[in-house]
Amino acid sequence: MENNVVLTMRGISMTFPGVKALDNVDFTLRKGEIHALMGENGAGKSTLIKCLTGINAFEAGEIHVDGIDGPIVNHSTLDAQNKGISTVYQEVNLCPNLSVAENLFIGREPLTRFGAIDWKTMVKKSQKIVDDLDMKVDVTQNLEEYSLAMQQMIAIARAVDMDCKVLILDEPTSSLDDNEVEKLFGLMRRLRDQGVGIVFVTHFLEQVYAVCDRITVLRNGQLVGEYPIAELPRVKLVAAMMGKDFDDLAAIKTDETKDFTNAPVEIEAKGLSHAGTIKPFDLVIHKGEVVGLTGLLGSGRSELARVIYGADKAQTGTLKVDGKEVKINAPIDAMQLGMGLLPDDRKAEGIIEDLSIRENIILALQAKRGMFRLLSMSEQNRIADEYIKALQIKTPSRETLIKQLSGGNQQKVILGRWLATDPDFLILDEPTRGIDVGTKTEIQKLVLQLAGEGKSIIFISSEIEEMLRTCSKMEVLRDGAKVGEITENLTQENVMKAIAGGGANE
Amino acid sequence: MSNIRKLTSKRLFLPIFCMILVMMVNIVYDVANGNFALSFFTISIRNGVLYGRLIDVLNRGSEVAILAIGMTLVVSSSAGTDISVGSVMSLSACMCCMLLAGYGVSSTSELAVPLIVGILGGLVVAVVCGCFNGFLVAYLGVQPMVATLILYSAARAIGLLLCNNLIVYVRNDAYKFFGGYLGIIPTPIVIAAICIAVMALLLKRTALGLYVQSVGINKKASRIAGLNSSRIILICFAISGLCAGIAGIVSSSRIYSADSNNIGLNYEMDAILGVALGGNSLGGGKFSLAGSIIGAYTIQAITTTLYALGVSTSVAPVFKAIIVIIIVAIQAPPFKAYLRQRSAKKASLAKGVQ
Repeated sequence: MENNVVLTMRGISMTFPGVKALDNVDFTLRKGEIHALMGENGAGKSTLIKCLTGINAFEAGEIHVDGIDGPIVNHSTLDAQNKGISTVYQEVNLCPNLSVAENLFIGREPLTRFGAIDWKTMVKKSQKIVDDLDMKVDVTQNLEEYSLAMQQMIAIARAVDMDCKVLILDEPTSSLDDNEVEKLFGLMRRLRDQGVGIVFVTHFLEQVYAVCDRITVLRNGQLVGEYPIAELPRVKLVAAMMGKDFDDLAAIKTDETKDFTNAPVEIEAKGLSHAGTIKPFDLVIHKGEVVGLTGLLGSGRSELARVIYGADKAQTGTLKVDGKEVKINAPIDAMQLGMGLLPDDRKAEGIIEDLSIRENIILALQAKRGMFRLLSMSEQNRIADEYIKALQIKTPSRETLIKQLSGGNQQKVILGRWLATDPDFLILDEPTRGIDVGTKTEIQKLVLQLAGEGKSIIFISSEIEEMLRTCSKMEVLRDGAKVGEITENLTQENVMKAIAGGGANE
Repeated sequence: MSNIRKLTSKRLFLPIFCMILVMMVNIVYDVANGNFALSFFTISIRNGVLYGRLIDVLNRGSEVAILAIGMTLVVSSSAGTDISVGSVMSLSACMCCMLLAGYGVSSTSELAVPLIVGILGGLVVAVVCGCFNGFLVAYLGVQPMVATLILYSAARAIGLLLCNNLIVYVRNDAYKFFGGYLGIIPTPIVIAAICIAVMALLLKRTALGLYVQSVGINKKASRIAGLNSSRIILICFAISGLCAGIAGIVSSSRIYSADSNNIGLNYEMDAILGVALGGNSLGGGKFSLAGSIIGAYTIQAITTTLYALGVSTSVAPVFKAIIVIIIVAIQAPPFKAYLRQRSAKKASLAKGVQ
């Protein structure tokens, strides 16, 4: 073992039912480096990490960690933590109903002489941890009081505090806004300088180049290669991940911005609001139009869409669909009017994890038909197969449980669920979060294709470029209120200005 | 080898295996005593009706089987249990007998109202109880165990009030029918069979099963996908109430009286156990109705077997507990994982030898 190497994995292989998830994969992490682990959905990134942290049992291969003689096998994350390997996963895996301090110290609470939990010390230590990271958090509050982004930061703080030699960050930035990402990067650099080896899994190419020193690329469970960052420019990285030359994402949007002012109006909202989440707003969406909602995380992007859909009930204002005034009390009412909502939190509000892909796809359509008009099994199979094929969902069969799919494929299943209901108006909230570049492109193409068929779409994304490519109009939100609308000169600069405030569009 | 693997991986394998295990005990016992080996399965006709240990299991297990139907839905949709079913059984029986006999009458052979009115009265009050439980759980967010604890303690007492603190006897042949015989078959078996068939049909022909499982696995996501999660949970509790009502009337008809202190006593535990023995997770989500039913009858088979073995009524629960521990342990995931590991090791050893 080279003396500056902190972790080596050699010849790791593992199989899921029907899928070879990892095939003879090597991975090396050195002290004081940030090492990006890249690959498309299902390439085996998460699986490799789960093998390392003891969540999955690998079938062949060896893992060595600096300071421990002989190969190690972890049986649980706790096991891994004791060997200096800490992880922060894609989805926040903390307890929302416990306080921040409890979450930071769960499983390793400071004890008093009598063996009881020393709450005072715990709170004091916790507050110091979050203060050091420049996070404005009251550690005695319950975790659920904080935004998803803040919860993610707290999860990282917890991992950082555990004196780790190897810190694994699995998609930590997918729910953070730029500001928070920058803070996190600052933290990562500080840790790197202290000699911690950091494994960084992400789908954001920019972030890789902003912070990483080295890249390992996986594809279909196999190792493509390990490269110093300087030797692998973006285009080559994408080519390595996809295994083919990369047709530029920017080429998606072909025609210039269409004028929708004369198109029939699909949705017209006047003064809709929901106390505590979104202030009264007006919004007009035409048939075939893709409207982007932009703003910082927590600005009310998702909340605005949720009020229209009835996921949060509107407390004031009126909503017209197709020119008729309607009352929406629950999502089912919105669905009967031809709406659909792909929520941003896929795990909590999207997938029904223990049901099969078939059941997940037909669920919304079945809900729309009502309990007593069950779709026949042959009909269900036909619909499931149709969308598995159309959306290129990678799965051994339609009866596979959705929880066994990778994140991107799960997202496609949820998309299929809504497409199956043949909606007129679709709200896509972060449809590309945590998804590889290839699938992102597919989804963006799909959005434009749906709009071309005359469907209206609300598109919400943290990535402005992505929205610039798909939207013909952007609504800008700040602090729970709609503050502007950009219909002309849709450029990154203009949008950024509007988000930041003080722009010409207010 | 692979065939055995395929068989053991079937969802209903373990519940059925447990049932067979209990039957094996009977066979071994019979052989040891020099009886006919299959006397557990022997069905004969005595006094013009079916007779035998198997018939006894099916007959006595009817109430628990009926309860298990509703309990399965409750467990699946709410990840909790309805512990009020035993008390609701008693309340429904009291309501029914009170209507049939007239308020304050302790014994009658003439029906005060048509039979159907009494039955419906009993069932309606049971459904109301179920709706009350469901409302607390689905709309007020009370923990199922706590919500149903209310009627667990109150329903029996309400029944006693309805009967004016009396044990009301309805010595009427029409009423005795539900606990008696339909031709040569015990009526409870027929009623349980009808209940099971109706529920199986509902699950097959409507989206009830999909809705319930979906809500049980992820309530929030189900709502976004257009399901009225709260209403579905309410419906499950209402069905559980209805099942308790039916079971209560069967139970009361057997003794042609409303003995509010004893009808359905501790039945909720057997029903929950039946669901668990059937391989259903008490954490909610996916369920198997067939599993629950097999589980319910397995419990009755254990009880009947213990009595057949000559274990006295007072100590029988101890043996029952031991058997249940064993059955639950073999169904536990860590045990299954251990078996899988062992068989994998054996397989690799066999390969090495070759």
